[in-house]
Amino acid sequence: MPKRLLNVLLPAATGALFIVIWYAIRFSIGEEMQFLLPGPGEILAAFRDNGDSLARAALNTTEGALLGFAGAIVVSAALALTLSLSSLVRVSLYPYLMMLQMTPVIIFAPILVLWVGAGLKSVVVITFLICFFPLVVNTTQGLISTDRNLVELFRMYRASRRQEILLLRVPAALPYFFTGLRIAATLAPIGALVGDYTAGSSAGDGGGLGFQAIIYSSQAKYPALFATAAVTCVLGFVFVAIVLSLSWLALHQWHDSYERADA
Amino acid sequence: MAATPLVELQDLTKRYGDGPVVLDQVSLAAQPGDFISLIGPSGCGKSTLLRLIAGLSPLTAGAVRISGHTPEQAAAELAFVFQDPTLLPWLTVAQNVGLPQQLRGLPPATRRATERRVLELVRLGDRAGAYPRQLSGGQKMRVSIARALSLSPKLLLLDEPFGALDEMTREHLNEELLAIRQLEAWTAFFVTHSVAEAVFLSNRILIMSANPGRFHAEIAVPFAYPRTEATRLSRDYHDLVTEVSRVLRSVEPPDA
Repeated sequence: MPKRLLNVLLPAATGALFIVIWYAIRFSIGEEMQFLLPGPGEILAAFRDNGDSLARAALNTTEGALLGFAGAIVVSAALALTLSLSSLVRVSLYPYLMMLQMTPVIIFAPILVLWVGAGLKSVVVITFLICFFPLVVNTTQGLISTDRNLVELFRMYRASRRQEILLLRVPAALPYFFTGLRIAATLAPIGALVGDYTAGSSAGDGGGLGFQAIIYSSQAKYPALFATAAVTCVLGFVFVAIVLSLSWLALHQWHDSYERADA
Repeated sequence: MAATPLVELQDLTKRYGDGPVVLDQVSLAAQPGDFISLIGPSGCGKSTLLRLIAGLSPLTAGAVRISGHTPEQAAAELAFVFQDPTLLPWLTVAQNVGLPQQLRGLPPATRRATERRVLELVRLGDRAGAYPRQLSGGQKMRVSIARALSLSPKLLLLDEPFGALDEMTREHLNEELLAIRQLEAWTAFFVTHSVAEAVFLSNRILIMSANPGRFHAEIAVPFAYPRTEATRLSRDYHDLVTEVSRVLRSVEPPDA
């Protein structure tokens, strides 16, 4: 059987098995408990009944995720460049970067609401904080891991510091940057959702998926809750797909993580 | 000799910090057109010597003069070929070859012309658009040499450029290197571990001894250029390879 066909059939079979188990559990827990685990049909119905509010929430969350993600890319690139230039700066700042990563952002959500106000701004800041760390760490690592022989080559040809950074260190760091970007892309929609959950606002239809989840659970609309999770999941896939495409565009010609174009 | 030496080393000494003396008062005059091979046991400082001539590493005492200037002043006249091809994997073959000119700020049109010229020299004109990972080891090394030639250097410093290649490829590249030199007329310092390669390429072979690094002996190679496959088959060539090997063995530390 061709490998390509297997690559489609095997996941499909796993999915079918998953649904069978799902129904089996629903059947075994008895009818009065079945509200705890809605079936796929009910979830699809929830999509239909709550389509408008889900779509609006998804758009709001996407906006928050995109802004926070983009902000994290810009700031982390600038910071990574600074960190890569001096090991002294690196040593001075690194523990605090680690601290930022270890600190659960959620704890600051209430105070963040006071600082920048509930809603989109808070969501963006929380997404930013969650995406920031993997980006800055990977990019910095990439910028300082340049092949020593290539650095020597540039010195040999009396390249300026600027040339060394733009023509050597930055392109050499791209694979690392994209590794960070891939991690950040999976975190961005979740970050926006969590941000929305803890610091969201429904003012002016501004609520996102997190906010919608609170509403659905308070109304005991469990199928809609599952639908919300599914939307977030799809959003995550879209983010990762975009990053993977960009990564492919930037790297497939030359980087070993992609198969050779012609062997 | 009447000609002014292209490279002059005067009592060149190198020591890393308080470590052992790597090179001890080495003196040499290389005439324009010389192809000098440096050969010797590991730790004899032959690669260090090359780096000192290139100005890649500061010297402890003595002097290096290239056409009467310091290596820094003469930077434009010399090119270095490293042991690894050291190609930038994200650039095409042509872009890699044009890199030195790009770093020097030369306009793209000039670069294009040079790229074509030197890639033809190493017979890779048809691979200009390929990326390094699509090339074989020998092809990568030829790109590396083309890049070194892109600035039309007077002095080419080669640090075991063919050491990682198989015997056949190495012999082909040796012949190619000499063929290019017939057209370009640069002076070369060539570090190698291979006696056969040294005899085939050079007109002067310097055998170095280690701890500290010194010139132990110089052997002249009298064969006329151009040299070809036929040179390798000649009796004189074999005799000389034997002689150089014998001298080299006398400075190699005895094996346990």
